[in-house]
Amino acid sequence: MFICRDQNTGAIRCPRYDPGNNVRRPGLIIALLADVHSNLEALRACLKHAAGRGAERYAFLGDLVGYGADPAAVVDIVADHASRGAIVVKGNHEAAVTQGARSLNDAAHEAIEWTRNALSPAQREFLASLPLIIRDGSMCFVHASAAAPEKWEYIDNNTAARVSIEESGANYVFSGHVHDQMLYFLTPVGKIAPFRPISGGVIPVPSHRRWLAIAGSAGQPRDGKPAAAYAIFDDATEQITFYRVAYDHLAAARKVREAGLPESLALRIEQAV
Amino acid sequence: MTPALLSLQPGTEIDGFRIGERIHFGGMGNIYRVTKAGFDVPMIMKVPRVGPNEPTEAIISFEAEATIVPVLRGEHVPRFIAAGDLAKMPYLVTEWVEGDNLEQWIAQGLRPVGDVVRTGAAIADAIHSLHQQDVIHLDVKPSNVIMKRDGTAVLVDFGFAHHARYPDLLAEETSFAAGSAPYVSPEQILGTREDPRSDVFSLGVVLYEMATGQLPFGEPDTDTRNRLWLDPVPPSAHNAAIPPWLQEIILRCIEPRAELRYQSAALVAYDLRYPEQVKLTARATKARRATLLSHVRRFLAARREHAHRIRFPNVLVSRSPIIMVAIDTSHPDDDRHEAIQRVTEQILSLRKEFRLTCVSVVESTPLMDGASSEESASGIHLEHLVRLRHWVDPLRIPRQRLSLHVLHSTKPAATLVEFARFNHVDLIVIGAPGPLGPSHTWSQSVASTVTANAHCSVHVVRVPERAGHAGQ
Repeated sequence: MFICRDQNTGAIRCPRYDPGNNVRRPGLIIALLADVHSNLEALRACLKHAAGRGAERYAFLGDLVGYGADPAAVVDIVADHASRGAIVVKGNHEAAVTQGARSLNDAAHEAIEWTRNALSPAQREFLASLPLIIRDGSMCFVHASAAAPEKWEYIDNNTAARVSIEESGANYVFSGHVHDQMLYFLTPVGKIAPFRPISGGVIPVPSHRRWLAIAGSAGQPRDGKPAAAYAIFDDATEQITFYRVAYDHLAAARKVREAGLPESLALRIEQAV
Repeated sequence: MTPALLSLQPGTEIDGFRIGERIHFGGMGNIYRVTKAGFDVPMIMKVPRVGPNEPTEAIISFEAEATIVPVLRGEHVPRFIAAGDLAKMPYLVTEWVEGDNLEQWIAQGLRPVGDVVRTGAAIADAIHSLHQQDVIHLDVKPSNVIMKRDGTAVLVDFGFAHHARYPDLLAEETSFAAGSAPYVSPEQILGTREDPRSDVFSLGVVLYEMATGQLPFGEPDTDTRNRLWLDPVPPSAHNAAIPPWLQEIILRCIEPRAELRYQSAALVAYDLRYPEQVKLTARATKARRATLLSHVRRFLAARREHAHRIRFPNVLVSRSPIIMVAIDTSHPDDDRHEAIQRVTEQILSLRKEFRLTCVSVVESTPLMDGASSEESASGIHLEHLVRLRHWVDPLRIPRQRLSLHVLHSTKPAATLVEFARFNHVDLIVIGAPGPLGPSHTWSQSVASTVTANAHCSVHVVRVPERAGHAGQ
């Protein structure tokens, strides 16, 4: 198999990856935010951080709500971004809020009920209207697997990542659902390899390969580090950078308690477990 | 892309680079000398073998190299100039490193031990510099080392290298040879690409070859697994001029189990430069290889072994740090000595792996031997060495983790900074300058200069204020 041949069409691709010349070609810097889970403090911190790094476009990769104390404020911010061209896809928590819960654990279910009541009809309507998957040129945005977005499968192993990449029809798949940051890539001989990124490290992701990036959870990290996770993809230089952003997670946890939501959800934000 | 690109004609221009003489023609690609208007350094261009009928290894290896080389820094790697668009015309231009290829150096016959040691330490410096940048070379061998005229070693060819901060394009390519057969480490053969101690193993093989003209594990064509259990012939059996300490260093580098090797290349460089401080074990005086029975045991043990994976090179490097403590032995009654002792004890208690280097700078040495032996240069040196030992004794540091140095200089700060940099020190511990009046010990003025100029962290130790002193 020839490395620079497009795996779908067979056409020879011309990657814009050019490590020799740091000339910025036309393209966009896209901030990727997943699994905000009604955490207003985390969302604000990530947006501020991304703006400071030149983000020109925003992609919200699902699960805006659920678990946290500020669903209405979070939905308003995201809807405002959407009105200005942001990409927003539906997560399983949006589906649960608007269509009824299915196979969620007790705490999540309780939070879903609470969230539904905390949202206005217009906000619920916004969530209900979200698409499951958006394809845009060489990029594909989806909460779970691009192979079957409505099944909410976790991309937590090589096979799942491969299927999602192959079914996406794109060079880059950006998703969430799994809360830990991860980057998968297809090798020229069709194997898939995972890479656990380090915060702030700029990673070249040339488009003659195919990539799946899990942005990590902004509002509810589960790897023992409370800092909010998100990523920035630079379409022009074909580079992705994963970030962890410190924010006032203790305030976010306190609001969860004050809202009367399950204690386990507050602990989760505090300890990232 | 056409096969015509495989052999570029002199005079061809690519992105302004004019192709000159072809200096290498290989299975993975060709290397040409190139020139370009506005660039006055000598340059080379590497062009991979690409095309429908070429092996994918060449382009993947090239891609890995083109990703890593642009981010490398320092004097131990070729300077990156430019890279071509991977789909249109892949190429990599770097500065041409002027010097002797180590392969030719070895081919010219056995050298004096002093040359081997100096050159070996320079290569260890280069490997350590890479490891500090989160990169593992994974193909250290004589043909990839260029010795510059000033004695600096430069590593070339990063086609097998691993960068901890980038996805490893080669990790899943099982069709790849793991490295170069005579030099590759046991764990690389088993598929590990994330252990910087693999480079320490290859360095050991290179040292062995430089010292004896032989390869410890031969030149296996296909089966490289012998090094998992084969006990190599001790270097001194090949070359009687090899002293026990050098044999100790070489055999420790090529231990099949990574945890028995030097844990960083900096420690190899250190031992090569201070042979009197090398802790000798049974390796040092070994006269012949293991018996058949012992080989069988080693073979069976190797079968049980599993390669130990460590994720980030720099984590491992800093896990076995070199800690340097500056002690002003000219003023043995300075109350900072005790404070520095306590702090050093605290720092060391946090670590399993370390090397402690105690240094004193003596301001002057008589040019002529004095009347009595105590006043002679060697007598003064010895006296300060004894004071250093007296200072460090209470810390009960195992001999193999400790070294003592008395340096003679009228510029203590510059000397300490230079010594620390040269020996890859990770942390300097030094007494704080006093708050008052004209300084009566060198460390008072020295600490701030060292802090400003050191290449590494500096821990400045202050004597705690005692009751009655505070606020006065």
